[in-house]
Amino acid sequence: MNPNSEAIIEVDHLVRRFGDRAVLDQISFNVHRGETLVIMGGSGCGKSTLLRHMIGSMKPTTGSVKLFGEEITGMAEREIERVRLRFGMLFQSGALLASLTVGENVALPLFQHTKKSPDEIEQIVKQKLEIVGLTGFEDLKPDEISGGMKKRVGLARALALDPELLFSDEPTSGLDPIMTAVVDELTLNLTKGTHMTAVVVSHDMTSAFRIATRMIMLGHGSIVAQGTPDEIRNSSNPEVQQFIHGRADGPIPLNVSQEEHKDHQHVRPRPFLGARFRFHHKHP
Amino acid sequence: MSLELRVKNYLQLNLSLLYWILIAPFTGQFFKIAPIFRQMVFIGVRAAPMVALTAFSVGVTLAMQAAHSLESLGAEMYIPDLVMITLLREMGPVLIAVIVIGRSGSAVAAELGTMKVSEEIEALEVMAINPIQYLVVPRFLAMMVMLPALTIFGNYIGILGGWAVCVSALDFNTAGYVLRALESAETWDLYSGMIKSVVFAWIIITIACNAGLNVEGGAEGVGQATTASVVEALLAMLVTNAVLTGIFFFSA
Ligand SMILES: Nc1ncnc2c1ncn2[C@@H]1O[C@H](COP(=O)(O)OP(=O)(O)O)[C@@H](O)[C@H]1O
Ligand SMILES: [Mg+2]
Repeated sequence: MNPNSEAIIEVDHLVRRFGDRAVLDQISFNVHRGETLVIMGGSGCGKSTLLRHMIGSMKPTTGSVKLFGEEITGMAEREIERVRLRFGMLFQSGALLASLTVGENVALPLFQHTKKSPDEIEQIVKQKLEIVGLTGFEDLKPDEISGGMKKRVGLARALALDPELLFSDEPTSGLDPIMTAVVDELTLNLTKGTHMTAVVVSHDMTSAFRIATRMIMLGHGSIVAQGTPDEIRNSSNPEVQQFIHGRADGPIPLNVSQEEHKDHQHVRPRPFLGARFRFHHKHP
Repeated sequence: MSLELRVKNYLQLNLSLLYWILIAPFTGQFFKIAPIFRQMVFIGVRAAPMVALTAFSVGVTLAMQAAHSLESLGAEMYIPDLVMITLLREMGPVLIAVIVIGRSGSAVAAELGTMKVSEEIEALEVMAINPIQYLVVPRFLAMMVMLPALTIFGNYIGILGGWAVCVSALDFNTAGYVLRALESAETWDLYSGMIKSVVFAWIIITIACNAGLNVEGGAEGVGQATTASVVEALLAMLVTNAVLTGIFFFSA
């Protein structure tokens, strides 16, 4: 990490509670220009929630989030729109507009925010779909394509305005290994070539180590470990080792669900039924 | 969601609608025409067959009831008056609003609700596209045009229904029916109905959009919000109708 480069994202003592459960508890980190930060952690540990705070669609209970040096937590809708034009976001579900075709989805930000002619826009849409490997799918509706394809269309849409900052929520889950490599390659080209900054949530360790310049591991609402890929790989923290090697037993509590289901005590596994039953309560 | 919060959301929606329709165009942010026409077809044109059937049945029913009551007074000649005035002032605007609530209001609530739970609305916001401007404004303008248009259309069909009864079962000929009907109605009867349907259009579409945009809790939440929006729109529309009738015809 180059200490002289400017911090594009500054998250400071971010706390978010749902009810009385702190899903994010005192999270602080910075992301600098040109970095690719990978956020990892088990399902339901708050990765998507953390992204939502960084893009300003959720407000923290306490703490601050700065994008491009501007505090966004207190911003009015009109102000935050200006900031949002500078980044793209790929949602975990893709979040394509179901009433529009694939091509129209990618064209939407261009039509709304640029003065380009329809011909120019069509050209850009073609090019964006090509880089995610979806040439010729312009005229299909989102419900006519697979989940992995929706993700890639979502990525093309996030890149439509050539953002300087990209957030992706599990861009490669649901993709086959080859398509995963293609998407990783794309992220690398964008961050190396155009100095785009990327924040990527990922479960996929191969992919994470391929693209990351820095990694953060979340667990029980806070940062368990952070560092360069090498530091994480060689970390002495047993939770980190368990996660990156995908081992079933280790210090990470399987019963994330006990925390989760406070309001549904009856689904808590009974004592002595053992780990076999607890697996069923783990998030899919 | 608490009632207080829902009322607050509703008022906020109305304020931002006014902003996007009345103020934003002067700051260079025009609304696009194509989506409005798409919604006009969806909200208005596709509802036309149901409106026609409803209005025709109402016209027939009104004429039969009028015949029944007026014959005993020997006042059959006033049957067209009764059909005409009841249709223009009350039945036309109210019943066509009922059809549009059931068909188009519920569809809008369900569509926006589905977009809400599938993160589409959030995605719009993150792309710096205002959901009110992009989704609500075209539906609102389409409804404000199409409900009055459907009401006028329905009025004609209702009068046709009255004519069918008068000519086939009673001692009227076509010319007599038309002349009598035209003579009885004043322009104010038509205008009051139009004012009502403009107010109803506002009520229906804002309640439907607000319900959709505030859905919580997945597909089940969409269903609940849709049902709630239909019930609320019906109640609000009928109460408003009573108030407007009071103002138009009872206060002078
Ligand atoms: N709007 C919400 N209301 C209540 N709880 C929520 C909400 N959004 C997320 N959560 C909870 O926050 C936790 C983290 O969710 P999420 O960020 O989606 O996890 P991840 O993306 O890491 O799988 C989950 O336990 C989830 O139930
Ligand atoms: Mg997630």
